[in-house]
Amino acid sequence: MFKTNKILHIALVAIMVSFMTSCVKDLNTTPIAKNVKTSASVYQTPNDYKQVLAKLYAGYATTGQQGPAGEPDIQGIDEGFSSYIRQLFVSQEIPTDEAVVGWNDPGLPDFNYQSWGASNDFVLGMYSRIYYEISMANEFIRNAKGNNNSQVQEYMAEARFLRALSYWHALDLYGGGVPFVTEKDGVGAYNPKPISSDSLFNYITSELKDIAPKLPAPQQNEYGRADRAAAWALLARVYLNAEVYTGTPHYDDCMTYAKKVIDQGGYTLDPNYDDLFLADNNTAQGIIFAINFDGQHTQTYGGTNYIIHAAVGGNMDANNFGIDGGWAGNRVTPQFVDKFNDTSKKGATTSNPNNDPAIYVPGGYQAASGYGSDWTPSDAPPLVSQNSDSVYTGYVYFANAGDEFKFTKDQTWNTNYGDNNADGTLEQNGANIKIGHAGYFKITVNLNSNAMTYKVEPADSRDTFFTDGQSKEINNISEFTDGYAVGKWKNVTSTGQPGSKPTFADTDFPMFRLADVYLMYAEAAVRTNTDEATALKYVNKVRERAYGNNNGDITQSQLTKDFILDERARELYWEGLRRTDLIRYGYYTTGKYKWAWKGNVQEGSPTDAHYKVFPLPASEVNSNPNLTQNQGY
Amino acid sequence: MIPIKKLLTTFGLILGLTLPGLAQTTVSGTVTDASNNKSLPGVNVIVKGMPTRGTSTDKNGHYSLAVPSQQDTLIFSFVGYLKRTIPVNGRNTINISLSPNVKQLNDVVVIGYGTQKKEDKTGSITSVNASDFNEGSITSPGELFQGKAAGVTVTSNSGAPGSGSTIRIRGGSSLAASNDPLYVVDGVPLDGGGISGMRNPLNTINPNDIESVSILKDASATAIYGSRASNGVIIITTKKGKEGQSLSVNYTGKLSYQTLPQKLNVFSAGEFKKIINNKFSGTSAPSYLGNANTNWQDQIYQNTFSTDHNLSFTGSYSGLPYRVSLGFNGNGGILQTSKMDRLTGSIDLNPSFFDNQLKVDVNLKGMQVKNRFANQGAIGSALAFDPTQPVKWDSTLYGGYYTWGKQTSSGFTRNINAPDNPMALLNQTHDKSTVYRSIGNVKFDYKLPFVPDLSAKLNLGYDYSKVGNGSYVVPANAAFEDNASGAPGVRRDYTQNKRNELLDFYLNYDKDLSSIESTINFTGGYSWERHYSDGSTYQTNYNRADTLVVDQNTSYKTEHYIVSFFGRLNYTFKNKYLLTATLRDDGTSRFSKSNRWGLFPSMALAWKMNEEPFLQNVDAISQLKLRLGYGITGQQRINQGDYPYLGTYTYSEPTAEYQFGSNFIKTLRPEGYNSNLKWEQTTTYNVGLDYGFFDDRINGSIEAYYRQTNDLLNVIPVSAGTNFTNRILSNVGTLEVKGLEFNITGRPISNKNSFLEISFNATRNLNKITKLTNVKSPDYIGVETGGISGGVGNTIQINSVGYPRNSFYVYQQVYDKNGNPIEGLYVDRNGDGIINSNDKYRYKSPNPDVSFGLSARAKYKNWDASFSARADIGNYVYNNVQSNAAYSFMWNTQGYLTNQVTELRGTNFNNAQYHSDHFVQNASFLRMDNVNLGYTFNGLFDQLKSLRVSATVQNVFVITKYKGLDPEVNGGIDGNIYPRPRTFVLGLSLNF
Repeated sequence: MFKTNKILHIALVAIMVSFMTSCVKDLNTTPIAKNVKTSASVYQTPNDYKQVLAKLYAGYATTGQQGPAGEPDIQGIDEGFSSYIRQLFVSQEIPTDEAVVGWNDPGLPDFNYQSWGASNDFVLGMYSRIYYEISMANEFIRNAKGNNNSQVQEYMAEARFLRALSYWHALDLYGGGVPFVTEKDGVGAYNPKPISSDSLFNYITSELKDIAPKLPAPQQNEYGRADRAAAWALLARVYLNAEVYTGTPHYDDCMTYAKKVIDQGGYTLDPNYDDLFLADNNTAQGIIFAINFDGQHTQTYGGTNYIIHAAVGGNMDANNFGIDGGWAGNRVTPQFVDKFNDTSKKGATTSNPNNDPAIYVPGGYQAASGYGSDWTPSDAPPLVSQNSDSVYTGYVYFANAGDEFKFTKDQTWNTNYGDNNADGTLEQNGANIKIGHAGYFKITVNLNSNAMTYKVEPADSRDTFFTDGQSKEINNISEFTDGYAVGKWKNVTSTGQPGSKPTFADTDFPMFRLADVYLMYAEAAVRTNTDEATALKYVNKVRERAYGNNNGDITQSQLTKDFILDERARELYWEGLRRTDLIRYGYYTTGKYKWAWKGNVQEGSPTDAHYKVFPLPASEVNSNPNLTQNQGY
Repeated sequence: MIPIKKLLTTFGLILGLTLPGLAQTTVSGTVTDASNNKSLPGVNVIVKGMPTRGTSTDKNGHYSLAVPSQQDTLIFSFVGYLKRTIPVNGRNTINISLSPNVKQLNDVVVIGYGTQKKEDKTGSITSVNASDFNEGSITSPGELFQGKAAGVTVTSNSGAPGSGSTIRIRGGSSLAASNDPLYVVDGVPLDGGGISGMRNPLNTINPNDIESVSILKDASATAIYGSRASNGVIIITTKKGKEGQSLSVNYTGKLSYQTLPQKLNVFSAGEFKKIINNKFSGTSAPSYLGNANTNWQDQIYQNTFSTDHNLSFTGSYSGLPYRVSLGFNGNGGILQTSKMDRLTGSIDLNPSFFDNQLKVDVNLKGMQVKNRFANQGAIGSALAFDPTQPVKWDSTLYGGYYTWGKQTSSGFTRNINAPDNPMALLNQTHDKSTVYRSIGNVKFDYKLPFVPDLSAKLNLGYDYSKVGNGSYVVPANAAFEDNASGAPGVRRDYTQNKRNELLDFYLNYDKDLSSIESTINFTGGYSWERHYSDGSTYQTNYNRADTLVVDQNTSYKTEHYIVSFFGRLNYTFKNKYLLTATLRDDGTSRFSKSNRWGLFPSMALAWKMNEEPFLQNVDAISQLKLRLGYGITGQQRINQGDYPYLGTYTYSEPTAEYQFGSNFIKTLRPEGYNSNLKWEQTTTYNVGLDYGFFDDRINGSIEAYYRQTNDLLNVIPVSAGTNFTNRILSNVGTLEVKGLEFNITGRPISNKNSFLEISFNATRNLNKITKLTNVKSPDYIGVETGGISGGVGNTIQINSVGYPRNSFYVYQQVYDKNGNPIEGLYVDRNGDGIINSNDKYRYKSPNPDVSFGLSARAKYKNWDASFSARADIGNYVYNNVQSNAAYSFMWNTQGYLTNQVTELRGTNFNNAQYHSDHFVQNASFLRMDNVNLGYTFNGLFDQLKSLRVSATVQNVFVITKYKGLDPEVNGGIDGNIYPRPRTFVLGLSLNF
């Protein structure tokens, strides 16, 4: 028995000793899953770098690694809200005349009124998103620096471009005094120092100038990745606003880089304005740099998916937008609607030099719109059939929304057409036709006997207002039907097919496009009184695309600074630029320009100048004692 | 037990030998055990009033003692037996018998890495034995001791079958990290996280197999578990066979009938029509009304039967004690389509070798659970769905289920924002899994032959679980998944595996040092654990073959290790003064090398006052012990995965790729990390008084404690640009908890025929956050938490310095003169003339001011009865169901109607006012958990030892002012909870 015990004892001791020595070492673990990499193992091949680079781009599109939601990048805010492009829309569009939002999510209504505080969720959301992007770019650059592979070096230039883009957003939205971190700073617990706006401006411009030659030539990179033209376009934009940031204008530099894009970029304006905002806009011309979305592969509740869904409500048919249903949030103010009411077209008629067959458009709008007496066919503007094929077209100005009209075969009431069911089909002696909103319209009537149809569309194809069931005025901001809706962004293709998934849009978000560069050049030219003829040429190029002809062309004398601002509104609304533009013009907070619900008053009221920049988030000021809150907050 | 006996003998001998000269007369006799008439050695015999004059019985139970006077009185006492006081009355021979104190004999409490006699415990430990368990249809062990222990709250998570319970010991000590206690089953710590189909790890154990549950509450008891001990430890010991026992077979069967105790009041079809016609006249809303009269809650709920069968065999075969049990539990849910079938089996073997020098304890438990989860979205939908619409319509579209939408040129388009048909949600969701789990261990207890009193113990254990056939299927024609994309429906398959392994090796030295009137019990050793898990999910649309893009294709694999060294010393001096000291050094792979090890000490002192001379003569006092404890414990379940300190990169899913050219690239994201992360440390001070009067017929304890958690984990903002996240978990805060616990048990009747025991406990637990950030900033309002339904990103609670955890953060409602809330009008609390978020205030919290538990057991001849009840006073709940009611929701211009709860008549709100304190409501309650009546037939047949039939009602009634469905809400936000059923149970128990 004793022997057995002894053996047992020895065995026990042996077990004990062997386990004890090995067990402590077990604590040195590294991730065992193949899909989890550590910073030590991740940067092996250029392809590894490319996958991290893809995340730097995706930082503007997706909100987490799961898509559409899950494993979020940013915390403390609903994941869908945290989307870079969505935040940019909220920060740049909602506080302006271009948009109001009807939702009551915490902190969001403040953006309608310019009344946010430092604890606002969206103030924090945008800020966090910007610095998330900067942190990731720094990490990438830190790791790419020592790698001589030419591919990796090219990727690094792109990462630096994205970092500069986000630093520009930081400067523009939050002003100087934001923290400054580069690849030279590490990861971990420290409190970065703030940078002055002058220094940040210099940093951004010098970075962009340094990396421009390192980036692929314009249109030579893969779609969705930044090239040299993207760097030039960003330089033009930063220089355009230089006076706001530093007090010193740099319009000449803006013109220099805009010109580089125009002359060396090889871009042309897409003939069809609509195509720039559709599910297949990756094939549209004139986009210099876009953030890419895809209903299958790049799903998010932010980005263009948000812009499209939030715009649809009321009587709008979601199917027409290629989506599964609207979220009924965003509309425009009446002041913005008026930008499309070109009163200079009052009384304008379509000329008929060859005396082609014509029909007429008598109605209750005539007197107010400069066409003689109401309901008088003899004074009414004509629609002309140049091919004598019973298809008549012409342009008519309507002074008021809801104006009524009919068509007459000649300048009498003998044969007249109206529309009984508002279905686009004409009936003889049919009911009056109503115009949705005031403005200059292109009317097409097909009087071929078997299908008598008509189409009324704004002469300016950029006017995408949806008015059925909507009122122009906004009495109650939370009612979707108060304020005109907008149909600019869609998840349908240029051939009318729905996007790949109705729940998530395919539509890409153009961050820079040629029309913007034309208008930047024109504005800088007009402001400095240099090369104004080219400026006019560029502006009319943009307008000719919008009108489909030279109907909308303006003259040199009409090309004023303010005209360009309005033109930018018409061309670039809901693309995340409006706030910056209004600030540059001094209209954002002042009483010089008021729009509905600015300052939380329906008719609009000036707000305090400190709202020109957003506050640093309260939590950021609390956690980083080096920072000073922006003045006024 | 032997050392104690020896000690007492020694004690007695010493006393007897030192004081012989004073004797005037001698009394002698024999002491026997009243239950079997066998002689009792070691019984203490003293002369009343002269604690130093005494002796103890010899091995034949014989004693002889000199007494000063024939009028003296003798006191006979022995551990585990009722004390007897006998006047000498001039006799020289006194033979007496002592009755076993049944209660006390069982009073060995299980503690970490060992057991202890209850009377020697120094920490705050509540032990609940099988005889005290709640009766009825119990599937989760937590319910066994619900309401039985002061300071322990057990809240069933919902009424869903197998949903388990949330257990909080003294309210928990964490904020961002887990507040779950550590569960140890037969020496195997269970993995804390759930597995699909078993949200609570305790559900693995068949309640019928449980012998006792020990709840370790204070640090001096738990510190032996070091870094996992801050939230208390629950040790479960299962039933085992005993040596020499003859075969006994037990069958228990239960049949239960579950009913829905209460429905929420929503507008009926008639009322609904009236409101739509009045409020929305002039709109197209009335045209959307249907002609049906559907009570959607009646549709989705059902009354259901459940059955429970258990068979166990206990005995000893050729010196091998064993217990084998089998259990089946078929649990239907009151929400249609929910179901859980559980099969359990266990084998326990306890052989001994080498003349009992080596004892082996083998425990194996296995189970299989088949789940069908109901789509609980139906609960909310049933409140919201228009009562004028039918369940089914005259169309085959969407499987025939009525669905909101509109007819367009391209066909019928479902409205994605409208409520989903509740019956479609239930019947078109097929969410199933089968879970397997096995827990087992082998314990070797070896008395080392060459060192007396030293034994070595080796415990090898495992806890494996696995989800087989996890699937979630929604067919392509489902009313709620169709999105007009042509590829609808969902098909998701998932797997999950967990493998935890354990090795404990420790030595125990138990020495009786009679020369210095002391006993020493030392335990020391080390423990090694590996926790491994992996899993995968693959999700596509229903029609898998057509998939363009896989919605989800993920897998994970992760592990962590814990290595520990621990030691405990129990020292007893004069059987009056007790000291326990423990030390644990824990290492975890979850933290960086510099933070990896943590040292957790504890110390406790106890003083058995009743053993002091000045109390020994007070007959009424059978027990009086003062306990003082102090200790530091940790918390390493920080909900941040296994590598929170490491910089890692994660690949994106197929739905979060990025397009370069025409390719979609799987992205690689750097993850935020905090390399300084370490465990929370909780320091606990505990003072307790255990008392017993009249031979413990009245007994209980009072405890007070103070607990401070330092390095409290809190998610704090990161300085922008310094990490790959904007918020990170950091050890920055402190949390204070103060508490008072009281419990009393009385047995006013205890004789052969009748027995009555009443237990009552009361708990007061107050917590306060005392620090939350690194930098002191008075402007910092705290961390908003407690997401609610309604809007996007709305929260209702806050963690702020100076306030309890999860305080409600709301606006103060203004009421009109009739006491009705005025919509959107709040008190300008800071008086700045504007109502904005600065006017929110912290109003109440979900924590009760006081909790009570009351239970009673009675026996009269063959009848037995019991009940248990609980009450919480001063707990508040945010009624999210009510706050989500508003007239404007009833008609959506996109073409659908939504029903509301009738409480809307009380607020008359047109728009939802989520942050009004009107919806933070007093949810104090009294709940009768359980009432039970049984009758036992003895010796009906030769083979049948006994037969007991019983009837039980569970969730008998709730008394509350709270207007929602159920005042007992985990976390304090009342959403659409799966209702807890009322259950009627018939039980049959047979013993062979």
